[in-house]
Amino acid sequence: MMKELEYPFDNSYIMKKSKSIKKALLADGSDRIKKKIAVLGGSTTHDIIRILELFLLNYDIEPVFYESEYGQYWQDAMFPSDELKEFAPDIIYIHTSNRNITDYPTLDDSEAAVQDKLDGMFKHFETMWHNLHELYHCPIIQNNFEAPFYRLMGNRDGYDIHGKLSFINRLNFMFSEYARKASGDEGSFFINDINYLSTCYGLDAWSDPLAWHMYKYALCIQAIPTLSFNVANIIKSIYGKNKKGLVLDLDNTLWGGVVGDDGPDGIEIGQETNLGQVYLEFQNYIKAQKELGIVLAVDSKNDEENALAGLNHPDGALKPDDFVFIKANWEPKSENMKAIASELNVLPESLVFVDDNPAERAIVTGQIPKVNAPEIDTPEHYIRILDHSGFFETTSISEDDRKRNEMYMANRKRTELQESFKDYSEYLRSLEMKAVIAPFEKMYIPRIAQLTNKSNQFNLTTKRYTPDDIEKTANDSSNITLYGRLEDKFGDNGIVSLVIGKQDGDELHIDLWLMSCRVLKRDMEFAMMDELAKKAGERGIKTVYGYYYPTAKNKMVKDFYSLQGFDLVKEDEGGNKTYKLDLTGYTNKNNVIDVED
Amino acid sequence: MTREAVFEKLNEVFRDVFEDDDITVDDSTTSADVDGWDSLEHINLINAVEQEFDIKFNMGQIVSMKNVGEMADIIISKLQG
Repeated sequence: MMKELEYPFDNSYIMKKSKSIKKALLADGSDRIKKKIAVLGGSTTHDIIRILELFLLNYDIEPVFYESEYGQYWQDAMFPSDELKEFAPDIIYIHTSNRNITDYPTLDDSEAAVQDKLDGMFKHFETMWHNLHELYHCPIIQNNFEAPFYRLMGNRDGYDIHGKLSFINRLNFMFSEYARKASGDEGSFFINDINYLSTCYGLDAWSDPLAWHMYKYALCIQAIPTLSFNVANIIKSIYGKNKKGLVLDLDNTLWGGVVGDDGPDGIEIGQETNLGQVYLEFQNYIKAQKELGIVLAVDSKNDEENALAGLNHPDGALKPDDFVFIKANWEPKSENMKAIASELNVLPESLVFVDDNPAERAIVTGQIPKVNAPEIDTPEHYIRILDHSGFFETTSISEDDRKRNEMYMANRKRTELQESFKDYSEYLRSLEMKAVIAPFEKMYIPRIAQLTNKSNQFNLTTKRYTPDDIEKTANDSSNITLYGRLEDKFGDNGIVSLVIGKQDGDELHIDLWLMSCRVLKRDMEFAMMDELAKKAGERGIKTVYGYYYPTAKNKMVKDFYSLQGFDLVKEDEGGNKTYKLDLTGYTNKNNVIDVED
Repeated sequence: MTREAVFEKLNEVFRDVFEDDDITVDDSTTSADVDGWDSLEHINLINAVEQEFDIKFNMGQIVSMKNVGEMADIIISKLQG
């Protein structure tokens, strides 16, 4: 992670130094996924793309861009050039602004005429989205509209149907409604909320008429990094690169004062003092993150007893039970952080370290590469800085996300139980596991796509899919698709494993096999294999081919197919392996999970 | 700020923006003399100069500047203003 590209960043520094920043990013040896991004603009997009590239590289996404000719967003969407078709975008970003609204109401318009203009403008965009969806089946990111920089009627402009501001607000509302519906059914569609962004930035500065009349930019040059960062956050979220949790310090982070010195009665939290109110608002913010499925843990230099006393303060919003782990000890915080990550089975860089002390932040970022430890400033800034950092940009909300804390909590109980058993399979049986293993279902598409994008360790081919790809794959009858859902006496783990195989005559080629690390060593992979063998047998398939493509992160599964009884048939110099299994006489391997299909 | 000092700073800005440590600008330097100084990079350059000197050019000035010398004149007049 490059500090210069983390919020709060210096816009002019990024603009000025973009070339050297790009060089440094490309030289840092990161493993990046390549994505093709078509930017369809209603105004100049050159620098927006240039800066977007930096933020994406920083998120380990290597973009290739298609840029439409100046202002040609609609033409490109409706009558695509061969160049765009050949480009075959993975993501389309439509950068339009209120400069692209061509048909504002006039004072003479009747209510019906205004409505017609509104519907007409909306249709202009909706037709384009449908067309793009039909052609490319890829996620679409669409700007909404910033407020106009003047109000002809003053305050009335916002509520009189003839006002530009009123017109834009209504149009934005229609865009939101479309996005809400689209997230439920067809294709993925996301709003890039420049209405909110321009407000945060300052509308007068954002809509600098000079930038428009000189260069045909729909926003001031200085604001470009703010815009590009916001778009990058949506894109990295689509590809499953959000952070998973917050690791929080206690003293002067979640409350004012030092609980070990001041005692639980002496810390500032709650309505009694001004500072106490600031910390309470922050605790409420963190608690709301937890509801969204962000995992919370404590990493504090304290005796555990004092830490718990602080968290049990009657006026605080966060309680000990809100945290999956509470590491209150005198170990280096970076060590605690690594321990938390390993116990959660996640990479340390997927956790955000939140601490008011710059020295502690420096230790953590120094010891753990790529981890974010935002400069949260003073307590009244904590919320804004965490929030605007975009760590948890929510492009989809699955049930599984929301339950994540519960699941980790249940995992802790399982570990405790495991320690009481001598025999591991006895322990597995005691979990009373039940699985559902079935072909992909429409309602699970968001979760399935999300899993393909964020599973790195237990992932044989590391193929990434968008929701649209998943839908196409599931609808293609030459594919066998399976998702696995695992439940036990401690709770439901949700969908934890996916397999996609492509049939070719009497052969099956496994394109994707992945499993969430939270169910490692539960024999779920055997249950999946049994089901795959059964489904393949029903189709008359005789031989199954499995593939292992090594990455920096998937060593864990390098012998996976051998363990499943496959024979290695080929290995190239890159370590890519091909395995083969003859299905004749296949016997089921799982005997601890009760499977229903 | 002396004219020399203004040019010192301008050199730094040009070097950053065009990522070339060998650039030295003078009164007569125009876009034809600097690799990569096209109309798109011009926007970035103007922005970086504004940031460096903490000034804002107006549209008329941006449109009329013919070379780096004229740019320096405008900067100096703004700094004195």
